[in-house]
Amino acid sequence: MTGKLRSLDDLRRLRNETKRTMQDRVGSEIKIIVGMGTCGIAAGAREVMTAILEELAKRNLSVNVLQTGCIGMCQQEPLMDVVRPGEGRITYGNVTPRDVPRIIGQHVVNGQIVEDLVIGRTD
Amino acid sequence: MPLKMVELTIDGRQVSVPEGTTILEAAESLGIEIPTLCHDRDLIVAGACRLCVVEVEQIKKNLPAACAQPVGAGMVVHTNNPRVREARRTVLELIIANHPLDCLTCEENGKCKLQKYCYEYGVQDSPYEGETREYEIDDSNPFIERDMTKCILCGKCVRVCAEIQGVNAIDFINRGFDTKIGTFYDGELIDSPCLYCGQCIYMCPVGALAAIPSRGLGRDYDVEKVATTCPYCGVGCQLALNVRNDRIVGVTNIADSHNQGYLCVKGRFGYEFVHSPDRLTKPLIKRNGKFEQASWDEALDLVAEKLGAIKAEYGPDAIAGLTSAKCTNEENYLFQKFVRAVIGTNNIDHCARL
Amino acid sequence: MEIFRAHVLVCGGTGCTSGGSPRIKALLEEELAKNGLEKEVNLVVTGCHGLCEMGPLVIVYPEGTMYVHVQPEDVSDIVSEHLLKGRIVERLLYKEPVTAERVPHYGDLPFYHKQERLVLRNCGYINPEVIEEYIGRDGYAALAKALAEMTPDEVIQEVLDAGLRGRGGAGFPTGLKWNFCRKAKGEPKYIVCNGDEGDPGAFMDRSILEGDPHRVLEGMAIGAYAIGASKAVIYVRAEYPLAVRRLHLAVKKAEEMGLLGDNILGTDFSLHIDIKEGAGAFVCGEETALLASIMGQRGMPWPRPPFPAVSGLWGKPTNINNVETWANIPDIILRGADWFASMGTEKCKGTKVFALTGNVQNTGLVEVPMGISMREIIYDIGGGVPNGKKFKAVQIGGPSGGCLPESQLDLGVDYESLTGAGAIMGSGGLVVMDEDTCIVDVARFFLSFTRAESCGKCTPCREGIMRMLEILDRISAGEGRMEDLDLLEKTAHIIQDTSLCGLGQTAPNPILSTLRYFRDEYVAHIKDQRCPAGVCTALLTYYIKPELCRGCTACTKVCPTGAITGERKAVHVIDPEKCIKCGACAERCPFDAIVQA
Repeated sequence: MTGKLRSLDDLRRLRNETKRTMQDRVGSEIKIIVGMGTCGIAAGAREVMTAILEELAKRNLSVNVLQTGCIGMCQQEPLMDVVRPGEGRITYGNVTPRDVPRIIGQHVVNGQIVEDLVIGRTD
Repeated sequence: MPLKMVELTIDGRQVSVPEGTTILEAAESLGIEIPTLCHDRDLIVAGACRLCVVEVEQIKKNLPAACAQPVGAGMVVHTNNPRVREARRTVLELIIANHPLDCLTCEENGKCKLQKYCYEYGVQDSPYEGETREYEIDDSNPFIERDMTKCILCGKCVRVCAEIQGVNAIDFINRGFDTKIGTFYDGELIDSPCLYCGQCIYMCPVGALAAIPSRGLGRDYDVEKVATTCPYCGVGCQLALNVRNDRIVGVTNIADSHNQGYLCVKGRFGYEFVHSPDRLTKPLIKRNGKFEQASWDEALDLVAEKLGAIKAEYGPDAIAGLTSAKCTNEENYLFQKFVRAVIGTNNIDHCARL
Repeated sequence: MEIFRAHVLVCGGTGCTSGGSPRIKALLEEELAKNGLEKEVNLVVTGCHGLCEMGPLVIVYPEGTMYVHVQPEDVSDIVSEHLLKGRIVERLLYKEPVTAERVPHYGDLPFYHKQERLVLRNCGYINPEVIEEYIGRDGYAALAKALAEMTPDEVIQEVLDAGLRGRGGAGFPTGLKWNFCRKAKGEPKYIVCNGDEGDPGAFMDRSILEGDPHRVLEGMAIGAYAIGASKAVIYVRAEYPLAVRRLHLAVKKAEEMGLLGDNILGTDFSLHIDIKEGAGAFVCGEETALLASIMGQRGMPWPRPPFPAVSGLWGKPTNINNVETWANIPDIILRGADWFASMGTEKCKGTKVFALTGNVQNTGLVEVPMGISMREIIYDIGGGVPNGKKFKAVQIGGPSGGCLPESQLDLGVDYESLTGAGAIMGSGGLVVMDEDTCIVDVARFFLSFTRAESCGKCTPCREGIMRMLEILDRISAGEGRMEDLDLLEKTAHIIQDTSLCGLGQTAPNPILSTLRYFRDEYVAHIKDQRCPAGVCTALLTYYIKPELCRGCTACTKVCPTGAITGERKAVHVIDPEKCIKCGACAERCPFDAIVQA
């Protein structure tokens, strides 16, 4: 429960906070896609997903997190794609929750691809 | 603050009236009568019957009701042109399509405003046919007959009951075509908070409300109206006794009076004692244990003698005067003057204090 | 702060609710929990999206995928396929009626293409029961702006410059109305929100109150500040239980947060809002009857003047606007008069919400810029008349509106043009009628509504509507006379001229507009004793074509009155005296031998 708003600044602060939560309904430019087929989940995609959401929340980032099914590279699961506007789609393989902060910190925020984890790119 | 005056033209005549005056009042000041069934100067404007519509050149949208439309500077009003007459005729036709045309036996015949306007506008019958509202007559009480089949729903009875009498015994019930004036849960008047002041009868422009004690004893044009003061209390309301063949057959209002015509149940209906055979008309003196008729001189002499004797023997304070709420203020005044100045005591009281 | 990767929006408007959306929501909750998704996926109950025809609706963000006609058995697919695996459930997508293509994205629906959703912007997008969601969409920012940066006169000037006109139907300039009330003498001043939406088929106000109640509260607070009012009443139909509940909740939340009540946002401005439920009288949408009802009196109009701005609630200066009007205010203040005035026509600015119903593909709520043609609304947004039927008329403006034919469809909708064509804007009801509609029957329908809803106070409305309805009844029963048409027309004009309030003044519109555009159909009923649309049963006769009848006796078995006789294998005959024209025989006949004449 939000407390009583006693000034215009209070209102502005609350608006900015809430806007962030609702951002996902508008759609962001940056997308993270997690493979959530049976193979992905079996390999730990759920944990990766949770780690992604936690990291985004920690950094207060507005990113669309989508999921996709099996794309046939089951041995490389969990798969995590990062798409930045105007750049290609980078696929990371065998991602663990420990890798997530690095991918988000380097790639999502700063645009530097985490080369050692990349298994594929598409334009 | 001086009233701001507004100039306008009504039927080609210039008139200047205070701001806020209605077109109806402004026309009246020129001696132009605009027909209305729901308007009364004492009641809040309802604008319900729509008979008083007029054409105002500055109001293009529709024909405003003269009773509700305030005058505006430079207004050009037509109260009786063909468009207005046609509208009024249609309104009358719509009313009588739902009104029994039984003027032959109606108490209101001759006084009925609907009858008067139909006569003036040449409305003999209605081009509209169809369903009519018909209800049982309510004469559950000794005073007021309610024949809602004749009701034209002007609402004056409702307004006078609420706005003037503050009783709220009746109101509109149902909606649209099925609208009716009724009591709480549409019961009989006897079960309502009605106090039988009969003001609604006087307000009713048609024969929907009638005084039961006057039924069949003569219409408005059959009776002579004798102005008098109500004998019941010190307010001294002015009323008109409706007299026919030396008998009181009803009571009607005298609007131009301090009580503005308004009466209570006693003034309106409490006149039957006048013609009672048991009524005392001459003084009686008790002689040898029996009352005997006497002249006024005898009676007054006797009272004066007895009062004088008591005063002489025991002093004036041995005498007390008690007067009645049925007397007029003037009579009560005279009586206290008599007790104080003639008898010489302040022992004077009045039954209304009990 | 919680971060969700997906938001599932379940429509909680009245249409979808009665279609079963609460069950869908409960199942979604269950299914999300079962899959451990409750922390990742945010389940939101929203207000109406407008496309009620397709309900219950579920929309999944960030993709914006819209699922239509969602049934309980579909829920597990939405969760396991879409939310878990990211695969769209194709079969639940909206199917474009013409191309039969599935439309995955909410925004790509033709239904939304020509719409300009301002007032309805948040409806179906936010959870109306969570004030923070409204605030997150710039809610109450307009109020804050007005309180911090604008004088009351500047607020009124902004509304005047925007050119906003009353959305309740009459189209009176809102800023002007506010000014009258601001200048009137008397304390306290009241503002009232008219939520007594009564036109059959119109439900835009309900949708706004249910889907975005804070927008209305904010509009009222801005109006109260501009006018100098400290008390407000929302008059809402008791038949809108969801709207009533959400309004109560919204007022409570706003008060708790200091956005209503005393010293709003720490300023000197205070506003207390009461909610009054109406008892279901159409006439209480008329402002003076509404005020009478709030004061506990019978809902009957009083003559104006005095206008409520001078003497309204409890005899004090009162400003009344309807729900949609109030809902326009926050955006005007926040985005400015110029932005608002850039939409619409010269005399009518902004948008209008219409309730599109009847014989049209996509029924629902549409918000369009003023001045858009009815053809665009009916065909481009509404998808046209279904089942290959021909368009016949559109009834616009509620029971007091008019019926316009094909020839008037290119008319741009604004107050003046509609009135000129014999209809009214009204609250924005649009009923599309196809060729199977009988125009006399339509007029009868609307007249029977106004007959029942007249308050009974003034003679022309109370008596006149009944008499016109009786004439229509006669015509549709085949007992009409040609003189009846003149009597109808004359009576209609006099009712317009002499009635006390807007109800009576506009009630004749259905008759006058149909006489104007469809007089031939009346004449066919009277002179030819024929109902061209085959609706008026008294004018129908069924007969059996002897050359087609095989004497199979199927018809005799379904006839409820025993009107058909004939030997097996011989031609059958219908006795017109006994026939009640139910049409059961014609439906049953395998040889199409039974026809209407």
